Amino acid sequence: MTEHLKCADYGPTPSISAGPVLQAVNISKSFPGVLANDQVNFELAKGEIHALLGENGSGKTTFSKMLAGLYTPDSGTIYIDGQPTALPLPRHAHAAGIFLIQQNFSLVERLTVAENIVLGLKEASLSRRKYKALVARIEEDGRRYGLDVEPSAYIWQLSMGERQRVEIIKALYRRARILILDEPTTVLTPQECKQLFAGLKRLASEDTSIIFISHKLPEIFAVCDRVTILRSGKSVTTADVREEGMSPHRLMGMMFGREITLSSKEPAEGDHAEDTLVLDEVTCHNEFGRAVVENVSFTVKKGEIFGITGVSGNGQRELAEVVAGLRRRSSGTVAIAGRTVRSGDPEDAIRAGLSYVPEDRLGTGLVPDLSISDNLVLKNAWAPPYSRFGIVDQRAVKALAVRLISQFGIAGQPQSLVGQLSGGNAQKVLLARELTSEPKVLMAGTPTRGLDVSATDVVRRLLIEAAKSEIGVLLISEDLDEVLELCDRIGVMYKGKIVGIVDRRLATPDSLGLMMTGMTA
Amino acid sequence: MIRIERRLSLKLWVRLCVPLGSLLVAFVIITLLLFLSGVGAWSTYSAMISASITSTSGLSETFVIATPIVLTGLCATMTFRMGIYNIGGEGQLYMGAMAATAVALELHGEPGYVIIIAMSVAAALAGCVWSLIPGLLRAYFSTNEILVSLMLNYVAGYFISYLIFDSRSYWRNLTSAAGQVYPIGKTIPAASWWPAPSLGGVGIPLGLMVAIVLAAVCAVCLRRSTLGFKMRTTAGSVSAARYAGLNVRRLIVVVMLISGALAGIAGAVQVGSASHALDPTGLEQVQYGYAGIIAAALGAFDPIAVFAAGLLLGAINSSGSILVGPSFPIGLTGTIEWIVLFSVISGGFLLNFRVRWRPRASGHKAGLGRGEPTVPSSSEPTPTLAGGIGISKSTQVTERGAR
Repeated sequence: MTEHLKCADYGPTPSISAGPVLQAVNISKSFPGVLANDQVNFELAKGEIHALLGENGSGKTTFSKMLAGLYTPDSGTIYIDGQPTALPLPRHAHAAGIFLIQQNFSLVERLTVAENIVLGLKEASLSRRKYKALVARIEEDGRRYGLDVEPSAYIWQLSMGERQRVEIIKALYRRARILILDEPTTVLTPQECKQLFAGLKRLASEDTSIIFISHKLPEIFAVCDRVTILRSGKSVTTADVREEGMSPHRLMGMMFGREITLSSKEPAEGDHAEDTLVLDEVTCHNEFGRAVVENVSFTVKKGEIFGITGVSGNGQRELAEVVAGLRRRSSGTVAIAGRTVRSGDPEDAIRAGLSYVPEDRLGTGLVPDLSISDNLVLKNAWAPPYSRFGIVDQRAVKALAVRLISQFGIAGQPQSLVGQLSGGNAQKVLLARELTSEPKVLMAGTPTRGLDVSATDVVRRLLIEAAKSEIGVLLISEDLDEVLELCDRIGVMYKGKIVGIVDRRLATPDSLGLMMTGMTA
Repeated sequence: MIRIERRLSLKLWVRLCVPLGSLLVAFVIITLLLFLSGVGAWSTYSAMISASITSTSGLSETFVIATPIVLTGLCATMTFRMGIYNIGGEGQLYMGAMAATAVALELHGEPGYVIIIAMSVAAALAGCVWSLIPGLLRAYFSTNEILVSLMLNYVAGYFISYLIFDSRSYWRNLTSAAGQVYPIGKTIPAASWWPAPSLGGVGIPLGLMVAIVLAAVCAVCLRRSTLGFKMRTTAGSVSAARYAGLNVRRLIVVVMLISGALAGIAGAVQVGSASHALDPTGLEQVQYGYAGIIAAALGAFDPIAVFAAGLLLGAINSSGSILVGPSFPIGLTGTIEWIVLFSVISGGFLLNFRVRWRPRASGHKAGLGRGEPTVPSSSEPTPTLAGGIGISKSTQVTERGAR
């Protein structure tokens, strides 16, 4: 940080100038071993929605954190209204009117919406009159921008979409001029997305500038004015989204330097294959005695991809854990390849032929502190050929690792720690292990979440190949596009129950979206 | 602002230099301290070194003291490496000592090697029993094994005190003249005293050889065996271990049993090589169980390094007891010991992290969002004690100065 830089000092009325509200020039930032941002240039006009597009690890989040004062750039300058401004801490960014809404929200769950909104401000102690004014303000913002939330509700009672609205209202209450939204749609239903986009457009029309971080191209065309593309830490280009000849394909090409289309699977026609995974009236209660999975029944056939979708937190995760034996079921049966598996016994599910790619990739599916080779034998290190007489045969393990690393195109050495791999690479390690165990059923929980487009495509292809080789695939995903492009049949979960199971050929995003809110189509 | 960041890679020379540097720092601080307390620094050092290393009797004494510390160090290491914290080495050692004494007294007249083997087995079993309690409670009821094992240390301590001081138990010597004046334990038969074959005048206690073998076994177990693999997996992530089909509960119990057995054997060693009787006061004074935890931390939970750390602690311990005299207060020996430990452990911290200092930007003005509770998010998994002192691995652990 050089001395001549002036720190943000903005009063209640933002100064008005003709140039860009925010300009970042030659911003670089490195972390031990990685150059996360390399001479990034970025410009944000007043009242525009500007997308920051790039695959994972391209430096979008790092860049946005620097704008929000969470990281300090190693070099480069941020200009706000033409003034070079240092943002060493979040409060300086806030003073400049910059607010970052991160993927995991920073709200206090045990406080109400209103309390969260004033938390940390001078007026945090609320008199009755001030409280009324605050409630009125929240309701006003809600109507105006389609951000309706109940001011007296506690955060823990709210859905992820509602929490996001609280974050936005909180930023507006602090006179935000620049909103940065980091992958805001990952937790939303299609309907909630539409509502959010309408709100953002309204905000932009009232001169709020918005930086919209995403790797989903349709969203960018739906809501953004301009787009800046980051590729391996560098800003590649800035383009006008509404420009003639602009298309998702072109953007994708700019993102990767080449064009990629995601693999999809044709729905199977009139299949008479036998069932390989059968759930019958499965119910499961959580630690607090609440039923999180209720009377769920469905079957997955050999060679089929069966999708389970729903808004996050409606029991999908628990359902997967029940099938994997990681969670006890209260009643009902789970049968894998014709055999009923014991409740709460992961080993029994594995023996019956279940492979499971858990939602929690690093931490459940893989051990970040162990090497690639150790992770590849995580489920069978204690049996021949990988160990004899209680001693692990390092050579056999290494040979396996070398083979799978080349077969699955994992970028890493057998001894590299899995925790240091990129998300896509880690997922390849996980899939390599799960697919080589000759499973009867492959269950995958949000297997492409957080992966860039090319890694997503690899995962999709592996799932399709698994189905082709007569494995029954259960895909649990919140990504409707993914479910609609891969699955043969789709079950929608709402509050622990399956609302309905639809044939993929009859399903549309809208019909699934309605079912995700509990309405039967 | 000061930032503490985790080092991503370590060069070998750094690994070697940091512990030596730590000892140098300790040396400087201790010299200063000795100077301030008016004790001659150089004479103290030479006395310490001769009392612990260079004289044959001193080195023999060091080995005798180091052996139980190495064993309790291994006891701590085996559990800590899995993210289970058996602090109960002390109590498990007491129970081992009690069992070993009983067996030695009972087998009076048998050949020495029979008694010694029986003592070791009995002591290991007694240690197992004592570690099984926190192990089962942890595995099946998720109770905090740190608290349970720590509390059981006191139970074991009071129990052996009761055997000698407050009862007419099997262990108590009620016949000898000395025993009638002050409560002491029965001396075990001379045949059961653990031999210490002399090597160039230095006694190499049998217990030390056992400790060497056990350290090697532990090292192989942790690095090469399937048990070690399971422990590493569980330490890395309990949910991953469960997911991989491991019976984590059984694993916790097994590891606690191994750990307890090691501490129990330390008790047998102490009875066989040093006290030759159940001696509650002596055991409580030396606190080898706790010293073992320090040795384990010092050796970064690597069995071979723990062995070396145990020897270092043994040397410091034995030199300390020699130094104490009219001109050298006992407090000072303790101070010296702890300065050495503190330096080496801090050095271990610096080995895994680095502290970066950056001048803060000047002229801040607090604006609207004052005291906003936004902190850099760190979604990385919780660390384990393996390979250093467990502190968050996030690149931004602490930010100070600019609050």
